Amino acid sequence: MRAALALGRRLTVPGLRFGTWGVLTALMVAAMLFSIGAGRFSVTVPRVAEILSAAALDPHAAITQMDERIVLLVRLPRVLLAALSGAALAVGGAALQGVFRNPLVSPQVLGISQGAAFGGALAILFGFGGTVLLGLAFVFGLSALVLVGFLARINGRTEVITVILSGMVIGALFAALVSVIQFVADPNTSLPAIVYWLMGSFSTATWGRLALAVPGMGLGLVAIWFLRYRLNLLALEEQEARSLGVNPDRERWYVFIAISLMTGTSVAVAGIVGWIGLVVPHAARILVGEDHRQLIPASALLGAAYLTFVDTLARTLTAAEIPLGVLTALIGAPVFGYLLRRHFREANRA
Amino acid sequence: MIGLQDAAVAFGERTLFSGISFSVPVGRSMAILGPNGRGKTTLLRALLGLQPLRQGSRQAPPVSGYVPQHGASQARLTGLEVVVMGRAARLGLFGQPGSGDQAAALQALEEVGAGHLATLRYDRLSGGQRQMVLIARALATGSPALLFDEPTSALDLGNQSRTLELLDRLRLRRDKAILFTTHDPNHALAAADDVLLMMPGGEEVHGPVHEMIEPEKLGRLYGVPMRWVSVAGPEGEERRAILPAFAGIEAA
Repeated sequence: MRAALALGRRLTVPGLRFGTWGVLTALMVAAMLFSIGAGRFSVTVPRVAEILSAAALDPHAAITQMDERIVLLVRLPRVLLAALSGAALAVGGAALQGVFRNPLVSPQVLGISQGAAFGGALAILFGFGGTVLLGLAFVFGLSALVLVGFLARINGRTEVITVILSGMVIGALFAALVSVIQFVADPNTSLPAIVYWLMGSFSTATWGRLALAVPGMGLGLVAIWFLRYRLNLLALEEQEARSLGVNPDRERWYVFIAISLMTGTSVAVAGIVGWIGLVVPHAARILVGEDHRQLIPASALLGAAYLTFVDTLARTLTAAEIPLGVLTALIGAPVFGYLLRRHFREANRA
Repeated sequence: MIGLQDAAVAFGERTLFSGISFSVPVGRSMAILGPNGRGKTTLLRALLGLQPLRQGSRQAPPVSGYVPQHGASQARLTGLEVVVMGRAARLGLFGQPGSGDQAAALQALEEVGAGHLATLRYDRLSGGQRQMVLIARALATGSPALLFDEPTSALDLGNQSRTLELLDRLRLRRDKAILFTTHDPNHALAAADDVLLMMPGGEEVHGPVHEMIEPEKLGRLYGVPMRWVSVAGPEGEERRAILPAFAGIEAA
């Protein structure tokens, strides 16, 4: 009995398999250091580390050298924003897939992305950027979610399937509204701005923008981290979860709100960057399995590394920046196809 | 103690049962028998609070140990992790299962004789093994009430026998209120103190097992003649089983 107990403890202590965590963390740090160094004005990785540690030791030192300016003022906020967005989008996707017991859902399924896109497009149409854009993107992302909530609540109960269908309806509605805005937008000024923003990019990243993004994404990430075991329970059949004393009706909404916080914020600061929430959780499942206590942190680390890497490609592959959304789709679609096949091969073998 | 008081459940116009009252105190075990579609599973769901009552009330602990008919999810988790989920009600929204929950889950697995399933992937277990894991999960809730939805229906004879022995063992500990549904009256004889018969047409009767499991009542329950047969027990002792008239083949 005691041996069995010890075995049980070793098996399920969260944070097992230190090797995997070490590799994932190293991958993320390496992606970030590499990204800070790479670009038209390239800085070697040791020099990046030197600049970063000097700035960390004395944050108020004057920034004089050219490479210091590029690293600290241009690339560091961009890399941090990309990493944070990558973590948020990946964790949002992983949590959503758990709640829906469906590996193919993403924040777009709930209409959050489209709602946020409408808010942002509206802001650009009236010539606003920055805080107003972020505020509107978040407000409309959340409104999309609230509308889905109203639509999906039938006879006082909310079923998973009605949430998915309502999400499609609300998503289509906001997508149409975005088209309306594009239709009325000035083809010389606001229309291209809206189109490029929707394609997604971190090119406008500054410390100020990062500061705007941190509360929403940070809060969402922390909330999902605390709910990580609950996600395992929410992934059970509805009746079964309820028989175990879980209230899936209510608790799902906590997850949805955290996800819309992260999604709305990421749409606001970087446009619609698709595929992260689909590709990364799948890769993470292959590495650490389906227990959300491992899947959530693994998705966060992998998502941060992945989006940092893709953003580096977006700004270094060609002289002009490639829209991020285009690249994530170009890489994401084949990778996701491969992961899907692998996933079902494994599932069938089991 | 778990039970219903003057309870009714209806889906739209169709009333499954009404005016049903019974209770199972801690220390007793009740089998529920009834024809297909009569509402046995719905009755369990009503006891669990998963099915709203049109009228009446239920008495039940906040969480009951429930063993559903179709063994849980396709969770790619270990047997132990599935059992640990039985602790959910104690954890709270942000809670993480600790070593105490692990120990309780392992103990529950040992109690049902399935300690060896702790490290195996749940989605790769056989039906009989999954059943044992789900029973362990019900025990791990620590609830004074255990509800089994047709615990033997999907199992081969060996696993049926093991499940019935386990049900009887849990009954004889006399520390739980146990309810299970079944289609085999002999399973009620093997593991129940009391029986609730959900007769066709909307009548329910309940009482001690020897008053309920008898040819006349069961004949009415299923609409086929029933009779007692004697069989030899494991030590050669004479035992009785109740069978429908169609059972057996003519001796040549």
